[in-house]
Amino acid sequence: MTLSILGARVIDPSSGLDQVSDLHIDAGKIIAIGAAPAGFTPARTLQADGLVAAPGLVDLNVALREPGYSRKGSIASETRAAAAGGVTSLCCPPQTKPVLDVSAVAELILDRAREAGHSKVFPIGALSKGLEGEQLAELIALRDAGCVAFGNGLKSFANTRTLCRALEYAATFDLTVIFHSQDRDLAQDGLAHEGAMASFLGLPGIPETAETVALARDLLLVEQTGVRAHFSQLTSARGAKLIEQAQARGLPVTADVALYQLILTDQALVDFSSLYHVQPPLRTQADRDGLREAVKSGVIQAISSHHQPHERDAKLAPFGATEPGISSVELLLPLAMILVEDGLLDLATLLQRLSSGPADALRLPAGQLKVGGAADLVLFDPKASTVAGEQWRSKGDNCPFIGHCLPSAVRYTLVDGHISHEA
Amino acid sequence: MTPIDAKRPLQLNDQGQLRHFLSLDGLPRELLTEILDTADSFLEVGARAVKKVPLLRGKTVCNVFFENSTRTRTTFELAAQRLSADVITLNVSTSSTSKGETLFDTLRNLEAMAADMFVVRHGDSGAAHFIAEHVCPEVAIINGGDGRHAHPTQGMLDMLTIRRHKGGFENLSVAIVGDILHSRVARSNMLALKTLGCPDIRVIGPKTLLPIGIEQYGVKVYTDLEQGLKDVDVVIMLRLQRERMAGGLLPSEGEFYRLFGLTTARLAGAKPDAIVMHPGPINRGVEIESAVADGPHSVILNQVTYGIAVRMAVLSMAMSGQNAQRQFEQENAQ
Repeated sequence: MTLSILGARVIDPSSGLDQVSDLHIDAGKIIAIGAAPAGFTPARTLQADGLVAAPGLVDLNVALREPGYSRKGSIASETRAAAAGGVTSLCCPPQTKPVLDVSAVAELILDRAREAGHSKVFPIGALSKGLEGEQLAELIALRDAGCVAFGNGLKSFANTRTLCRALEYAATFDLTVIFHSQDRDLAQDGLAHEGAMASFLGLPGIPETAETVALARDLLLVEQTGVRAHFSQLTSARGAKLIEQAQARGLPVTADVALYQLILTDQALVDFSSLYHVQPPLRTQADRDGLREAVKSGVIQAISSHHQPHERDAKLAPFGATEPGISSVELLLPLAMILVEDGLLDLATLLQRLSSGPADALRLPAGQLKVGGAADLVLFDPKASTVAGEQWRSKGDNCPFIGHCLPSAVRYTLVDGHISHEA
Repeated sequence: MTPIDAKRPLQLNDQGQLRHFLSLDGLPRELLTEILDTADSFLEVGARAVKKVPLLRGKTVCNVFFENSTRTRTTFELAAQRLSADVITLNVSTSSTSKGETLFDTLRNLEAMAADMFVVRHGDSGAAHFIAEHVCPEVAIINGGDGRHAHPTQGMLDMLTIRRHKGGFENLSVAIVGDILHSRVARSNMLALKTLGCPDIRVIGPKTLLPIGIEQYGVKVYTDLEQGLKDVDVVIMLRLQRERMAGGLLPSEGEFYRLFGLTTARLAGAKPDAIVMHPGPINRGVEIESAVADGPHSVILNQVTYGIAVRMAVLSMAMSGQNAQRQFEQENAQ
C-alpha cells in the first residue's frame, strides 16, 4: 500500500529531525521525507496538520500472557492494546507457561504476533531453564528462533556462581542479558517499599537495599564477564546512581524504568488498593524524582510500560493475596506525556526514551524514521487529551489510571506502513 | 493529573457516623470519645442480672475468623448477644493458594443469608478494607484484626482501660513495649493515643522489632526498657510470638526477657500508680513476669471486661450508622 502523511511535525530523535514535513510510504518503507518522489501517487493520504509524526514506540516489556495465561491476555489482545498506545515494537518477557526457554515457544509467539499484525514482537528468552536459575537455557537455539535478549525476571539464580557462568556463556556469543536486580532474601515476602507507608499499613517491606545490593553485585559481575547488560525496571534513586557510576567508569550498561515508577509513589497504597500492587514495588517521592532525573540525563535511556494484564479475580482479594502488576501499554504515549507536561523532558527527548533509546539498548531494528527504513510510526495530537479507559483493548483492566484525563491522543499507529491503530 | 485517589472516609457515612469500623486512622477525637462514652454506659449493662439491651434485636451478626482467636471472638459474641442480635461464628481455615477466593466467596454467601454485620479477622493487612470496599459495602464490617495493620476494637478497649484508671489522656506518659513491628495492637494504640491527645507516647523494643518510619505516629523510640519506662503512667506490653526467633529477629526468648521483659524491679521505675496492660494471651516469663501480670498494677483482666463493652459500643454505633446511610440513600433515590 502507498500512503502519504501530509503536514505533520516530523520528529526523529535519533537524527535530530524536527520539522513540519510530509512522509511518503511504499511497500512498508519510508521512501521520502519532504517532497514526494516524482510520479508517486499514494493510495491513501492522511492530513496530519497539528499532529506529531514520530518513530513508533518501542516497549521493552509487555507481558502478552500467551501461551499459558489466556485469562489474562492474548498476543492478539495485548499487541492491539500496544498499538493504541503508539507502540510498533515490543519485547515480551519469558514468563509464559511453558516458560520461553525453548525455541518452539518463541516460534509460537512470533507466528501469532505476525498473524495478529498489530505490533512487531521481539521475545526475551529465559536465561535459565524454567527460570529456575539452575541450568542454562539453550541460548543460541533461542537466539536463532528470534529471542533478542535473555533474562530471568525477578527470579534469582540459585547461587552467584551459576549466575556468573550464565553471564560468561552469554558473553561468549555477545548476547544481551537483562537484569531485574532484586535480592531474593531481602525482598522475601515483601509487598511494598519498606518505609513509613508500608509500616503504617502493616505490609511487609521490601527495602531499597533489595535492589541496590543485587544491582551492585550484578554490575561487578557484568564488569568481570564483559557481558552486554541491560538493567530493567529500576525503582530507586540509589539504584539509578549505581548505574550512573558504572557508566561513568566506562561500563556499557543500559537501563530502563517502568513508566508508572515515574508517576506513582508508595503513597498510592493508602487504602490498600491492589491496583498499585507491583513488583518491584513503588518507592518514595525521592526515588521517583531520582529516577526522573536519571531519565532526563540519559542514564536511564528507556521508558517501558512493564505491562502486566490480569483478569479481575487476580486483583480481587486483600492486597497481599493479589497478583502484582499494572496494565498500561495502551496508555504508553499519553501517560509518558505527563513528563513533558511536568516540564521534565522536552518532546524530542521523551520520544527518544520511548523509541531509539530502548531500541538501541537491545539492538532492535526499530526506533528511527529514515528513508529506506520500516514505516513504523505513531501520529499523535500533542494538544488533545485522552480519557483513559473510554475504550479498552487489553484483556486486563487492572490500571489505576483509568478515568484520568491524560495529555495528548494517539491518532494513528503504523507498522510497516499499514495502519494498526486509528482513532 | 492526580493519580492518587483522594482518601475517602470509607468507614463513615455521609453524616460522619461510623458505618464500618476498619481502622482508627482518620477517625476524629469526638468519635473516639463517643465510643468510649457509649462503652462506659454498656459496662453498667454487664453488671446487671439481665445483661441484655435490645439495640440489635432482629439483626444478624456473623463473626468470620480466618485466624484463630479465643478472646476476641468470644467477647465479640458476647457483645452481640448482649445487644440481642442473632450471632453466628465461623472459623474459616485458609489455604494460602485460595485465600482471596475463600474470603470473597465466603462473605458473599453470608451476605446472601441476610447478615447485617460481619466481624472479620484475617491474616492479610487490609482485608477488612477490601471487604468493606469490594465485597459487601451494604453490610457493616467490623475489623477484628487484619494482619499487622489494625485491631481497632482492641485499641479502643485499651483506651477505655486507660481512661477508667487514669481519668483522661492529657497528662499521661504511655509506653508500648515489645514486638511493635508485627503488632496491629500497637499500631491501633499509637493512633488512638495520638488522636485522644496523649502527649508522651513511647515505644520500646530492639530495632528488629520496630517498624521503619515509626516516628510518623508521633512517638518517641527507646531501645532501653529502663529509660523508656521512667515515670510512665501506663505500660502496654505486647505478646512476643514464638516464631520471631526464626529469621534472626531475636536470639532467644531468654535474651528478650533479659532486655525487655517486664519485672517488678523494672516496673519500679514507672510512676507508683502505673498500670500494666497486655492484649493477651500473655507469655509468662517471656515478656512479663508472673508477679507483674498478677500483681496490683495489672489491669489485664479488666481489659477483657471492658472489651465486651467497647465491642457493644462499636457494633451498635456501626449498625446505626449503616442504617442511617441506607435510609439516607433511599430518600435520595426517591
